[in-house]
Amino acid sequence: MTATSGSELAALSARQAGARIAAREVSSRELTEAALGRIARLDGRLGAFLAVTADRALAAAREADARAARGGRLSELDGVPLAVKDLFLTRGVPTTAGSRILEGWLPPCDATAVERLEAAGAVLLGKLNLDEFAMGSSTENSAYKPCRNPWDLTRTPGGSSGGSAAAVAARLAHGALGTDTGGSIREPAAFCGVVGVKPTYGRVSRFGVVAFASSLDQVGPLARTVEDAALLLGAVAGHDPRDMTSSARPVGDYLAGLEDGARGLRIGVPREWLGDGLEPGTLAAVRAALEAYQRLGATLVEVSLPHSRYGIAAYYIIAPAEASSNLARYDGVRFGLRAGAGGGLREMYAETRQEGFGPEVKRRIMLGTYALSSGYYDAYYLRAQKVRTLVRRDLDQAFERCDLVAGPVAPGVAFRLGERVEDPLRMYLADVFTITANLAALPALSVPCGRDAATGLPVGLQLVGRPFDEATLLRAARALEREVGTFPAPEVA
Amino acid sequence: MSLSLEEVRRIAALARLRLSPEEEERFAGQLSAILDHVRLLEELDVAAVEPMTHALAGEAPALRADLERPGLSAEVAVAAAPERAGTHFKVPRVLE
Repeated sequence: MTATSGSELAALSARQAGARIAAREVSSRELTEAALGRIARLDGRLGAFLAVTADRALAAAREADARAARGGRLSELDGVPLAVKDLFLTRGVPTTAGSRILEGWLPPCDATAVERLEAAGAVLLGKLNLDEFAMGSSTENSAYKPCRNPWDLTRTPGGSSGGSAAAVAARLAHGALGTDTGGSIREPAAFCGVVGVKPTYGRVSRFGVVAFASSLDQVGPLARTVEDAALLLGAVAGHDPRDMTSSARPVGDYLAGLEDGARGLRIGVPREWLGDGLEPGTLAAVRAALEAYQRLGATLVEVSLPHSRYGIAAYYIIAPAEASSNLARYDGVRFGLRAGAGGGLREMYAETRQEGFGPEVKRRIMLGTYALSSGYYDAYYLRAQKVRTLVRRDLDQAFERCDLVAGPVAPGVAFRLGERVEDPLRMYLADVFTITANLAALPALSVPCGRDAATGLPVGLQLVGRPFDEATLLRAARALEREVGTFPAPEVA
Repeated sequence: MSLSLEEVRRIAALARLRLSPEEEERFAGQLSAILDHVRLLEELDVAAVEPMTHALAGEAPALRADLERPGLSAEVAVAAAPERAGTHFKVPRVLE
């Protein structure tokens, strides 16, 4: 066995780590200890983890090493240390959703996605920080602690899967799972310089994932490389009888065509997405990526998504409306916090929810309750659902002329902590490019495409695809990655 | 548009939230600003548009056979209850 330092081990991609375990050059135990060592050393400054399950991880690593020794590895991910957003239920391991209302709760079961990762032999290092109930774009809404961007600790990692993106970027885990309701995988991936995939609605089971907005929520990977993203997506995708919204379509091999390049691809560029409101450094990096695609033999096609400018308005009715309904279950009866029980049932509900929910969650419950309240349903929720049809129709029309759509992920680079907390609307407006894919139920990803010239911070390119055509998105992202490379480990100082 | 404090209190009651006076003030302003932005949707003529009521249009949801299956035991189901009596959830008196 070759002696390798902890930081060299931590720098391996998930697939490389798996290959080294297979070749018996490194053990899962060494990888796990290296990751736990980095978490102990760096996460006090980053705040990516809400819980570290060191003992369980080391026990899982021992089992993975035993399997590797007898030649019975479960998958390429067997023994590879990963982590999941703290929105995924983990049996017997605290699951908070970033909220005080679930503090100390031990779920009775595992999320299907977690079960599948463990069935593939992956080692779970712990639970990752997030905006409370996944509501936010900065991870500042975590009830426990903010998470910081490993490239600049004064800035947010994005959100709501901010802990997932920060942990993967800072080499605290070799890959992670997040969830994306309006951009919550793609925006933090872009801000932290990693790859993030929001699959087609229905591609990955949401069983055991704390529900936010059920017609929009989707599970996906955050990864160091496009190849890792493909590997992780393949491990968790597929039908689950416990999630009635999960699709029965077979899952393709996302690694198979990954190296096929961009030649011949028709890439749609929405004219509405490269206009006003983009920071110059972001616009420049996105344009450079589009030019790279041309050099690689792809054709750029101008398309129009005239209804994408209505996306935010429709989303901030639909998502809060569904959230207000989903979060009705936190009532102090069956699990989680209970307060004010001495004053009767009504008092208990109000007191429990007042104490347990943070400001952003209350704001969205209020907004959703208003939109669904008597006399307002048609004006708000129904109208928003109709606009959703128009947003999807725009994409369907675009896909008659192109194979995928490309554009920015966010209007700019990672912003500073505290900068937008008091102005929720401004925070919401930054979701304009990501929300389209959620409303349209389409697959989308963020792949690093360069740095902002002024700050040196990562910029992501967003690719949006046809339903269940994650493979084309991953192939196109891989072609760009070969051109621009992946980000090195940031100096977390 | 501007939400009155009265209206904020009405919504909070519907949502089973108790808000502090400061929260009522703040939410009245913030929710009004968000609803102002939402008015953008009124520009569109959607009279003839079908709402997107299912995100997986065209994908027939697979119905499972209606068979008895094991679920959580009562003991596990109540294990995380803030207050319980045996395998029951205990709540404050509902009818006074």
